[in-house]
Amino acid sequence: MPPASIYEQIHRFANRADPYTLYRELRETPVARQEDGSYVVSTYAEIVALLHDPRVSSDRRKLSQPPADEKLPPSFIAIDPPEHDRIRRLTMRHFGPPHAPRTVENLRGELLTLVTDLIDGISDRTRADIVEDVAYPFPVSVICRLLGVPRKDEPKFHGWAQEIVETIGPGEGDEAERNQRRQAARMALAQYLGELGRERRANPGDDILSGLVTYEGPEGKLTEVEVMTTATLLLIAGHETTVNLITNGMLTLLRNPELLDRLRNEPDLVIHTVEELLRFEPPVHFLPQRVALDDIVIGDVTIPRGSSIVLALASGSRDPRHLCDPDRFDPDRPYIQHLGFGGGIHACFGAPLARLEAQVALRELANRLVNPRLVADPPPYRPSSILRGPEHLVIEYDRVLPAADR
Amino acid sequence: MYDTDPDDAQRERVLQAAAACPVQAIHIDRMATQHRTRDPELAHPTTVGDEEFKRGGRIVIVGASLAGGRAAGVLRRDGFAGTLTLIGDEPYPPYDRPPLSKQVLMGKVAPQRTVLPRLREIDVEWLAGTPATRLDIAAKQVVLADGRQIGFDKVLIATGARARPWPRPDEAALDGVHVLRTLEDADRMRQRLTAGVNRVLVIGAGFTGSEVASVCLDLGLPVTVVEAGPAPLIGALGKVIGQIAADMQRAAGVDLRCDVTVSALEGDANGRLTGARLSDGSTVEADMAVVALGAVRNVEWLEGSGLAAGPWGVAADAGCRAVDINGLVTDDVFVAGDIARFPHPVFHYEFMSLEHWGNAVAQAEVAAHNMISDQAHRWPHLSLPVFWSNQFGTNIKSVGVPSIADEVVITQGSVEERRFVAVYGYRGRITAAVTFDQAMWLDFYRSQIEQAAPFPPDFRMVGGPDQLRPVPAEVRQRIAAAQGATVVVTGHDPAERRASFVRPPQ
Repeated sequence: MPPASIYEQIHRFANRADPYTLYRELRETPVARQEDGSYVVSTYAEIVALLHDPRVSSDRRKLSQPPADEKLPPSFIAIDPPEHDRIRRLTMRHFGPPHAPRTVENLRGELLTLVTDLIDGISDRTRADIVEDVAYPFPVSVICRLLGVPRKDEPKFHGWAQEIVETIGPGEGDEAERNQRRQAARMALAQYLGELGRERRANPGDDILSGLVTYEGPEGKLTEVEVMTTATLLLIAGHETTVNLITNGMLTLLRNPELLDRLRNEPDLVIHTVEELLRFEPPVHFLPQRVALDDIVIGDVTIPRGSSIVLALASGSRDPRHLCDPDRFDPDRPYIQHLGFGGGIHACFGAPLARLEAQVALRELANRLVNPRLVADPPPYRPSSILRGPEHLVIEYDRVLPAADR
Repeated sequence: MYDTDPDDAQRERVLQAAAACPVQAIHIDRMATQHRTRDPELAHPTTVGDEEFKRGGRIVIVGASLAGGRAAGVLRRDGFAGTLTLIGDEPYPPYDRPPLSKQVLMGKVAPQRTVLPRLREIDVEWLAGTPATRLDIAAKQVVLADGRQIGFDKVLIATGARARPWPRPDEAALDGVHVLRTLEDADRMRQRLTAGVNRVLVIGAGFTGSEVASVCLDLGLPVTVVEAGPAPLIGALGKVIGQIAADMQRAAGVDLRCDVTVSALEGDANGRLTGARLSDGSTVEADMAVVALGAVRNVEWLEGSGLAAGPWGVAADAGCRAVDINGLVTDDVFVAGDIARFPHPVFHYEFMSLEHWGNAVAQAEVAAHNMISDQAHRWPHLSLPVFWSNQFGTNIKSVGVPSIADEVVITQGSVEERRFVAVYGYRGRITAAVTFDQAMWLDFYRSQIEQAAPFPPDFRMVGGPDQLRPVPAEVRQRIAAAQGATVVVTGHDPAERRASFVRPPQ
């Protein structure tokens, strides 16, 4: 056995709390060939170029050694134009511009109510788990409301969603077995959402799922399977990533308490705080799924056609050639450019919602918790190195201030 | 949304949008005040320029639009602490022109809301509403129309261009005939469009004409577009893509007439426009006409200055230093924006003037930097031309120079859906790319142009056809760089030899 590569070490659970030291080593070889023939790209400029490079596919079926066909086809995050563009457009028209430009903005009041209620819920004690008490239930409620999934079904879909997230990309345990678990969970979740979609078709509401099953325009409409894969993607992405953004945010603020003070006095600061978080402690660390459709030359490395490409987003956002002092958390940076939402045609679909959720949650937590502090640093982490975040974030505080007038 | 001066309610949304903008194209408070480069040596060079000049020199910028305003900001950002004078013939601070043919005509943005942000906070002596009439390089003075003489150590020429007027003044004076270049033009046009119009005649189907036609349709007004060439946008994009634009216009409902010119504009006894006679013998009834025949560079005030200035603009080197009539590069006279004509190394050192927003910004930055830097630290203006247009619900973007191409090929997307990438080549190298609703790929093609990548592209791509089929681009015959520039050379001794313009007979 050759010694573990840096990339392999990153995926070891023991390195979950601090992968950044390893990212620094990773960046010494901006395009690093792995034992299995895949290429890990870890520097900012090179990642940005590949995100916008039409020679890079997101469809694993185009690998020189493609995976076995899954029963359920990939969702739009894992396919290419023109199919990707059509499905994403048919989905976006129910969520954002140009057809639904105010969807996210109109949620602002509702988001604040949700967060306020959750923080009210921990006001009778002096100890809470940010994950269990705020960062998880908040985005779940939001995505349920937006997508049109009954909140009471959360126990049902939570297990599937977690199984899918924990088995994305490399991890500990047998690859084939992980793959099988992921497929089974994805199928179960898709069938659940497909069933829900059929109900919506008969009885549509103002939610995205109803839009997906009922809309038909000049470009046609989504097939039943496309509705299933799309709704599955939105449900998972809609909360499994935002929980990490909010939790990572609170963790970072508690490690920089002067920022907590500033947030109380400078309401606008939360905007750049969340951007800097997306750079400094992003929820998504890797895009492990890209494929070179042709030979791609980067510096003195040629990525051969058919190779797997891994984009190390979280490493790129801390590339010292991209910005000064990358390992310092500093919302006052003049330009915060990050890879927190990826980029190119697959740039995060839900980015405006994630931003607003994190801003509302962090601003309220900063405003209302009196003297909050970490109980354990580092906190325990979830298994995934791809979608990385704490399993729990237990904090103590003196008391909770009442919510400001709304 | 287009808002240069948001109220408090809008402020958070703007901050949010700016923070979210992946290319930081939205410059909020930071306009021209901070470098984005992380290299402190590049951001704040330590050994540049004449320190005394930076502390107490006099810089005059003639032209108070995008390029002039941006240069002023950059000069202050990079430590110029001397006297800075900005001369403009319009009574407004620098404002933004692209929205004039879009949001302003639509009525979504008031014309006065296009004023570019933040210039007022830069310490500038601002001489508005008075045009410059003469540049005296020997005496280092700019002379204004009211006789004032403004002395300088260094001067930046950024007087840009104006709309080319309808050639016959009596017809141009008819009530209902418009041009679109300035804030006041847009204001007048907007008022006319809302006052009730039966049909709008657009003369010229370049970008401005096409955008105006698009807005008219959006406002529910019938439009006839008359284009002398065989298709819209042909000057910039060539006939192949122009044909696609023609289909797009017709599908949207434009009465588009190509290969036709307007022979005469006609009016009634009260001097109101009633219509036009066309070169094919047909007529158009219209109570409003928009003359969109391109721009004329504002060089008249430079007559006698000794610079190589004429209808082609002001010749400059790639570092924005003006070239005089003898072809000598000047030390203290700089040029930026629409009026500059400079050699671009990426495009065979061809002298080009680029009437694009992005060029004005980039070139102004280079000019400003070079004005306060010594020769070891000067920058070349090497940015690739980029422009965009929104028309008929489609976003068109371009990088590089399509008009020098000999071939064009669709590399991605679908022409039928009007979502595609067209790549232009010249002698086997990629020279430009144009996208219709596919702007996300533009950066890739920009790097292809910068690397002089082979044409046609020979790689597999997402959303690409099975086989690439390049066709002749059919760009218009290129116009010689300095058309009409005739000089005579006199003197025998090298110390005596000089060039001077031959004036065409009046």
